[in-house]
Amino acid sequence: MMEPSAYLILSGILFAIGAVGVVARKNALIILMSVELMLNGVNVAFVAVGSYLGDPTGGIFAFMVMTVAAAEAAVGLSILIAIYRLKETIDITELSVLKW
Amino acid sequence: MVGPLSNIHEYLWLILAFPLAGVVLNGIIALVAERPLLLPADDHGHDDHGHGGHGDEHGAHHETPGYRKLVAFIAPAMIFAAFVVALLSVIQLAQMPAESRTVVQTLFTWIQSGGLSVSVALQLDPLSSVMILVVTGVGFLIHVYSVGYMSHEPAFARFFFYLNLFMFSMLTLVLGSSYLLMFVGWEGVGLCSYLLIGFWYEKDSASTAGKKAFVVNRVGDFGFLLAMFLVFWNFGTLNYTDVMARIPALQHSGILTAGLATAITLLMFVGATGKSAQIPLYIWLPDAMEGPTPVSALIHAATMVTAGVYMVARSNALFMLAPFTMGTVAVIGAATAIFAASMGICQKDIKRVLAYSTVSQLGYMFLACGVGAFTAGVFHLMTHAFFKALLFLGSGSVIHAMSGEQDMMKMGSLRKHTPITFYTMFIGTLAIAGIPGLAGFFSKDEILWKAYSSSHGSPVLWAVAAVAAGTTAFYMFRLIFLTFFGASRIDKEVEKHVHESPFSMTIPLMVLAVLSICGGWIGVPAALGGLNHFEKWLEPIFEGGHKAAAVATEALSHGATAAVHGAAAHHDPMEFILMGASVAVALFGIAIAYYLYMVRPEKPAKIAEANPNLYRLVYNKYFVDELYEWLIIRRIVNGSVWLWQMFDVQFIDAMVNGVAKTVRSAGDETRKIQTGVVGNYAFSILLGAVFIVGYLIWR
Amino acid sequence: MTASPNLMSNLLTILIFLPLAGAFALFFLPKENGRAIKHFTLLVTLVEFLLSIPVLTNFDGATAAMQFTQKFAWIPQFGISYNVGVDGISLWLLMLTTFIMPIAVLSTYAAIEKHVKEFMIFMLLLEVGMVGVFLAIDLFLFYIFWELVLIPMYFLIGVWGGERRIYAAVKFFIYTFLGSVLMLVAILALYFYNYKVTGVYTTELSALYNLNIPVKMQFWMFLAFGLAFAFKVPMFPFHTWLPDAHVEAPTAGSVILAAVLLKMGTYGFLRLAMPLFPVATFDLMPFVTALAVIGIIYGALVAMVQKDIKKLVAYSSVSHLGFVMLGLFALNIEGIEGGILQMINHGISTGALFLGVGIIYERSHTRQIADFGGIAKIVPLFTLIFMIVTFSSIGLPGMNGFVGEFLIMLGAFKTSQTATVFAASGVILAAVYMLWMAQRVLFGKLTNAHKLHLTDMNLREIAYMAPLVLFIFWIGIYPQPFLRKMDASVNAFVVQIHAKRQAAIAATPAGETLLARYFDVRK
Repeated sequence: MMEPSAYLILSGILFAIGAVGVVARKNALIILMSVELMLNGVNVAFVAVGSYLGDPTGGIFAFMVMTVAAAEAAVGLSILIAIYRLKETIDITELSVLKW
Repeated sequence: MVGPLSNIHEYLWLILAFPLAGVVLNGIIALVAERPLLLPADDHGHDDHGHGGHGDEHGAHHETPGYRKLVAFIAPAMIFAAFVVALLSVIQLAQMPAESRTVVQTLFTWIQSGGLSVSVALQLDPLSSVMILVVTGVGFLIHVYSVGYMSHEPAFARFFFYLNLFMFSMLTLVLGSSYLLMFVGWEGVGLCSYLLIGFWYEKDSASTAGKKAFVVNRVGDFGFLLAMFLVFWNFGTLNYTDVMARIPALQHSGILTAGLATAITLLMFVGATGKSAQIPLYIWLPDAMEGPTPVSALIHAATMVTAGVYMVARSNALFMLAPFTMGTVAVIGAATAIFAASMGICQKDIKRVLAYSTVSQLGYMFLACGVGAFTAGVFHLMTHAFFKALLFLGSGSVIHAMSGEQDMMKMGSLRKHTPITFYTMFIGTLAIAGIPGLAGFFSKDEILWKAYSSSHGSPVLWAVAAVAAGTTAFYMFRLIFLTFFGASRIDKEVEKHVHESPFSMTIPLMVLAVLSICGGWIGVPAALGGLNHFEKWLEPIFEGGHKAAAVATEALSHGATAAVHGAAAHHDPMEFILMGASVAVALFGIAIAYYLYMVRPEKPAKIAEANPNLYRLVYNKYFVDELYEWLIIRRIVNGSVWLWQMFDVQFIDAMVNGVAKTVRSAGDETRKIQTGVVGNYAFSILLGAVFIVGYLIWR
Repeated sequence: MTASPNLMSNLLTILIFLPLAGAFALFFLPKENGRAIKHFTLLVTLVEFLLSIPVLTNFDGATAAMQFTQKFAWIPQFGISYNVGVDGISLWLLMLTTFIMPIAVLSTYAAIEKHVKEFMIFMLLLEVGMVGVFLAIDLFLFYIFWELVLIPMYFLIGVWGGERRIYAAVKFFIYTFLGSVLMLVAILALYFYNYKVTGVYTTELSALYNLNIPVKMQFWMFLAFGLAFAFKVPMFPFHTWLPDAHVEAPTAGSVILAAVLLKMGTYGFLRLAMPLFPVATFDLMPFVTALAVIGIIYGALVAMVQKDIKKLVAYSSVSHLGFVMLGLFALNIEGIEGGILQMINHGISTGALFLGVGIIYERSHTRQIADFGGIAKIVPLFTLIFMIVTFSSIGLPGMNGFVGEFLIMLGAFKTSQTATVFAASGVILAAVYMLWMAQRVLFGKLTNAHKLHLTDMNLREIAYMAPLVLFIFWIGIYPQPFLRKMDASVNAFVVQIHAKRQAAIAATPAGETLLARYFDVRK
């Protein structure tokens, strides 16, 4: 059984890329994809640590996250479509009705 | 006395119950039968619960409706019944041995809390018996008089409702067996005074005067209340008998010092100055003349205003322990006597003259109390009740005859039109002026003599009182001359209707005139060969005071008691000299009045013109009202507005609102963090996550 | 009483939850039928009042113990229980509440036209809270009811109020809520302190009373509790919410506010702040007394110059509640019994004053003193009753106000003569502002008759004023039944608080000053 550090580094990199994407990009679609990336980064960590400890919980959790991510993607995308129909844009800097 | 009445003292409560029954009955009548009649005509339609008063509404002005006859019977009858019970009680009291003449009837426990237990209990003793006889007797006469005087008044039942309520309160005041019950009556009469002064409430001046009377009296009550607290916490009781009984023990234990006695009595005297219209709280009484004249006679001359004297006399044992208070009482009394008398000189309103005269006479009573001559004070209280009630009722009869005119400058020569009123009022005037043989002479002379001879007295007090007596004679005869003599200055329209009053009014006048003559004979001083029954009767009440004072000044104890008894025993030739002097002063006053208003009637106006400033000062009552207004009332009102506007609104509220504003503006600033850009939110979430993870790792 | 012991033991619980059940039932009444809703609410409050009478008649005035107690474990993990009971201190406040409610409901018959259903639901919820506050003998339960009162009142003012109702409602809420929060903190502190000392989690008052709390802690806790209650009373200088709340509230709201809600503050002192922290009570007595006296005079002076009748009555409440506080902090039987009695008196008299103002306001739609004048001529019956109430408020002997004020001042005089001298001057001022107002409104020339549309009181108004007038005279002439029921409880209260204080004094090093005791300031 190999050390999980490599997997964890991978997981960290994936998470970081996702996080930077979420914060830095303006296209809502990209942000959603970045969120997926973050979730998958976490998944990697779950699976890696799970198998290292010989505990199936990690794997189970990864499946859990995937289903939630799928649901989230479905809902998120449909919201995006709805927004696009209404505003003809998915640039988040222009979607600032919550301002103040 | 036989049967159930064998012990009339079991029925003392009836003296209160009868007037109370009158209050209830007249109140119901006023509410049920009279109220609908008093509403303005266009308002009857809205009265959806008229109590059957509508039936005789139209007959109201044509013939006397039944309910008025009922009121006219009930009100005086109840007072008469009370008078009869009072008389029987006093007769039985007189049959008891002198030292046990104190009867207390306890009705029920009123307030009990902690160490305080006050019962509603009635105390009949020589002092209260004098008071109840005067109150019910004079009160009854004035009730009878009022039936005639108020016969044109629409609010007839309401008037007698108040009047009976007054009698009830006044009798509570004098019959109550404790200071607290006295206070109940004290406030009760104040209430009735308020209601009756403001009886014609549509007149602004009347309702203002009523309010003024109540408020000024409250200033006095402030002192009375505090005096009661001092008495309670030092004596442990408020009952007269217990307080008096505990005086010696407390003197011994050193609790009851002259200082404490002075504090208690001074505070009581503050109360007395309010109720009995003494300097500096006399200002309400002249204004109280806004009330119907019988009210002025009953409340503001004969009974209520003497409550202060009664209180001082009742507490004589305490007052005797406080030489400083005694001095204060005497000086205030004498000062009020002369001050008020001087204000009476140039009043034009007949009732105002009498009002100042009342203030002045009350001053005499306090002078008497202040020099330790409580008997003389109470004696004068009684005779004053007779002659001053007479004078007021007489003036009421004059006003009645004059169709409501009160200005003496528009009267004159009324003697021909209203002979009974004239003769009775003349008797009253002689009595108040101190003409020998009449009631006022004996009581006033007793006071003057004591002011000079008593251990608390001084020649100065005598001189002031004597000058006041001369002034009294002057302004009273001025009143008589202006009203009944000389050329008629009556309005032509009014003159047609001038008439003598009906019997219901003149009979009380005659009875009071007789009393004004004979009333003094029960107190003829020993110096004039009298037996002075009055002094003997009251002796048990006042010997306690002398005893207490004697204990306080132990060294002089023998001398003091000797002096008390000595005054009665041997006759100082000085007494006759002073008596002659005071009569001479009175005659001098009358002579001046005769000269100025009969012989040279144009003179007074000239004198006034020659001294315009002095005249203005006296005519405007030395501007005392204005001074109070400027010095106290204006300040308090302005100060209150300031408190409200500046402190409440500008300070406290501003602080509260300031806090609210701060919170709000802080929110205004911080909400700018909400840019509405999702990325910013995500960034702060990330930052937070990094921070938390970092903390968990490196802590 | 033929009531079964079963009913007796559940009586207080029934009293608390009957209005709640009534409020719940109101949900199912059609909201169009305002009349039926009013009738139903009146019925509920009347039944509530009738049910509270057995509490009074079966109450044993000879014992200081809590009576009619009922206790269920509620949140046992935290030692919180549903625990109710009544003693001589709370008995009359309970009675006052159940008595004033039907009157307040009756007064809304003509005044409330919009959202009747919601109004009545809030009224009943209010009653739940008020009755609960007076009956709770568990600290946590007390707090729940204490806060419960706030919400309906907030809506009563905010929805059915006058023009500035929102401002007034928010001010009322914030003020009292600020106090409540402080109290909550102190409650938690007390709770954990109790655990630390005894090892038991409990919020039961009887257990907390037995704590010997260090004096320094007492000081701060007393401040926290005291501030919450002082806001509610309201004591000077925390009173400025009251005039606004009163002026904007509908008549029924003003009546309940004056009659019951303010008493929650004074009751809180008596039930919690004083017995829990006796040493601090004694130490802070001069300050509380001073504030009470300032309140008496300040309230009276400011009342004197008001132009709005309701505001005048509101400021007079500040003055009267000052008297109550003065009495409570006399810390002797006379003062405290007078204080409790004066709470009842103020509820009756000021309640009646607000009802009176409501009666003429409903007709003329003005409360400005200057708009009236001489109305005695057209509304004689109203004048009679209003004058009776006025004099009761002034404290005329023979009426209720006097007995309370006299006992208060008598008691206070023993503790502080100076304070009493100043307080007694409030008696003068009371006559000034009340009579001046009465004169300007009722007497003088009738000026504005046609603008005012005044008619005399109708039967319904007589029906709700008459009981108040009855009690004005009853308490004034024969206060014995009222005073005797509180004897034992007040006696025990005074004995206990003095004993605890003596114990504290014995434990104090000689010459310790207040500053040293509470702030560790050494000379």
